Amino acid sequence: MGTYTYPKFPYSAPADLQADAPQRRPLIIVGAGPVGLAAAIDARLKGLPVLVFDDDDTVSIGSRAVCYAKRALEVLDRLGVGDPLCDKGVSWNVGRTFFREKEVYRFDLVPDAGHKRPGMINLQQYYLEEVMVARALELGADIRWRYKVVGVRNEPDHVSLRVDTPDGTFDIEADWLIVADGARSPIRNLLGLEIEGRIFMDRFLIADVIMKADYPAERWFWFDPPFHRNQSVLLHKQSDNVWRIDFQLGWDADPEEEKKPENVIPRLKAMLGDDRPFDLEWVSIYTFQCRRMKDFRAGRALFVGDAAHQVSPFGARGANSGFQDTDELIWKLQLVMDGKAPEALLDTYSADRTFAADENLMNSTRSTDFITPKSRVSKVFRNAVLDLAQDHAFARRLVNSGRLSVPAFLTKSALNTPDSDSFAGDMVPGAPMDDAPIQRAGQDAWLLDQLGNRFQLLVFADSAGAVDAATLAQFKSLAGDAIAVEPVVVTPSGGQIDGVTVLADSQGLVARRYDAKPGTAYLVRPDQHVAARWRAFDPPRVRAAVARATCNA
Amino acid sequence: MPLQLQPNLKEPGQRYFREFSPGDDFYEALIETHRDLSDEQSEALNARLILLLANHIGDIAVLREALALARRNV
Repeated sequence: MGTYTYPKFPYSAPADLQADAPQRRPLIIVGAGPVGLAAAIDARLKGLPVLVFDDDDTVSIGSRAVCYAKRALEVLDRLGVGDPLCDKGVSWNVGRTFFREKEVYRFDLVPDAGHKRPGMINLQQYYLEEVMVARALELGADIRWRYKVVGVRNEPDHVSLRVDTPDGTFDIEADWLIVADGARSPIRNLLGLEIEGRIFMDRFLIADVIMKADYPAERWFWFDPPFHRNQSVLLHKQSDNVWRIDFQLGWDADPEEEKKPENVIPRLKAMLGDDRPFDLEWVSIYTFQCRRMKDFRAGRALFVGDAAHQVSPFGARGANSGFQDTDELIWKLQLVMDGKAPEALLDTYSADRTFAADENLMNSTRSTDFITPKSRVSKVFRNAVLDLAQDHAFARRLVNSGRLSVPAFLTKSALNTPDSDSFAGDMVPGAPMDDAPIQRAGQDAWLLDQLGNRFQLLVFADSAGAVDAATLAQFKSLAGDAIAVEPVVVTPSGGQIDGVTVLADSQGLVARRYDAKPGTAYLVRPDQHVAARWRAFDPPRVRAAVARATCNA
Repeated sequence: MPLQLQPNLKEPGQRYFREFSPGDDFYEALIETHRDLSDEQSEALNARLILLLANHIGDIAVLREALALARRNV
């Protein structure tokens, strides 16, 4: 019994692409999973023509990726799909960790109020993909189902592809190729590119169970529970009364045996501890690797998501970091395709996202080493931490049942303009921007919903009237640059300025989170990261920072 | 000064954006130090480590408190 009916997307014959082959397209995306779809939607939002190939004709089978983190939701908001996903998903912020019979640790992902999105939502991957496919099509992306790339060659100014379809093979060329074809990435293999890292010697049983249960929408994690001795177990709530349960099995477990319902059901019964009825929706056994490509750019091919990097699932850093890849890639690609930035800008995509991938790999590897200790002494320390955590705050901080996905602070990015003025807080150049409640034209709204897709300059002022005519003339001039900068004025009580967006920092949280005073200016990248900041608005410095953030310096 | 039981790990010169990072940095270094050692070697390493840290702390009253807490419920 299932809760979901898989859509079958219509196949269309490639006659139009076979005519006068090879045709040349500006942008081809391979892979219509969550990350490839995010790339397609983002590219359409920026006016780029998009052709997408996927070798299948439906969404993800089984729920697979489940947790979408706050930053991913903010990206999805920018792509215009945040609301339907959050409406359907299960929001949560609290995680609880148990050791044997006792609770030892509890965390809250968003301890501060005043953010539009929760720390996480849980949602089956198939729902996410279905919503994203609809959005991509609505924006005019050309998605071809059952088109399988079987050959690829990097040329100096394009990539040539050979594509297999039920109606034969054809060749096609792309000025730029985005590779989103997943962990096994056939294109990565066809290009002979390596991906290096660690394989973990452990197996996990993942079961999606349909049942009526009144457990709260929280993440529950057990170390060595009475119902599954010496191993770990994870419980998550998804939509439609579907629950995700994840059992650590150890390396010696036989995957084929463990997958059989007669072996899965007793484990679930022992865990649930009562006779409540449940149905198995999906069962899988997985192992994982922590690895990444050395460079996410290979000539005209740009790698995103699992094709470029893979992490352990503890921390939900897979799909979430994939969304952050495309968040950063597409605006850069747009500038390069429009001839407004040199190709070197795409090398900074690789530099910044490999930096972020290393942080994700480090955190997920640390979680894995804590959850599945590799030696006796490692397990002794792990259990000592869990024992001490029951009484002592310092040890609770060390408990690591998964450091859940948060975006990297791109502090090493070559695109940042280093601070010349002094600021408190975390909104340093390279920081993913904090959200805050604001008002716009008297309506409650959110800061991040006002930002993105273009360069913007947040200028803080005492009042709208305090922005003088000379400043307004400078605003106009910046907005007319080849790489336009849109001014956004933030005041405590809002106000009106002709031709300029004015936001009211009605709760003072923007000023607090950004350590802003009247005169403070933040240059915001199209992916909602801080590019530069100053205590005073100075157009030449803004222009220099835009040039630096686009490799035009 | 009583035994510090609140999170207290940090590295001079390091900027942390996440509260779990300094503790995780330490824990990783601790486990890494034991890499490829036999159980017996690990035990010896732990003994040396405790002696080194005890001398660094210096205050025997603090050490007695830690000794008592560590002994509890073992």
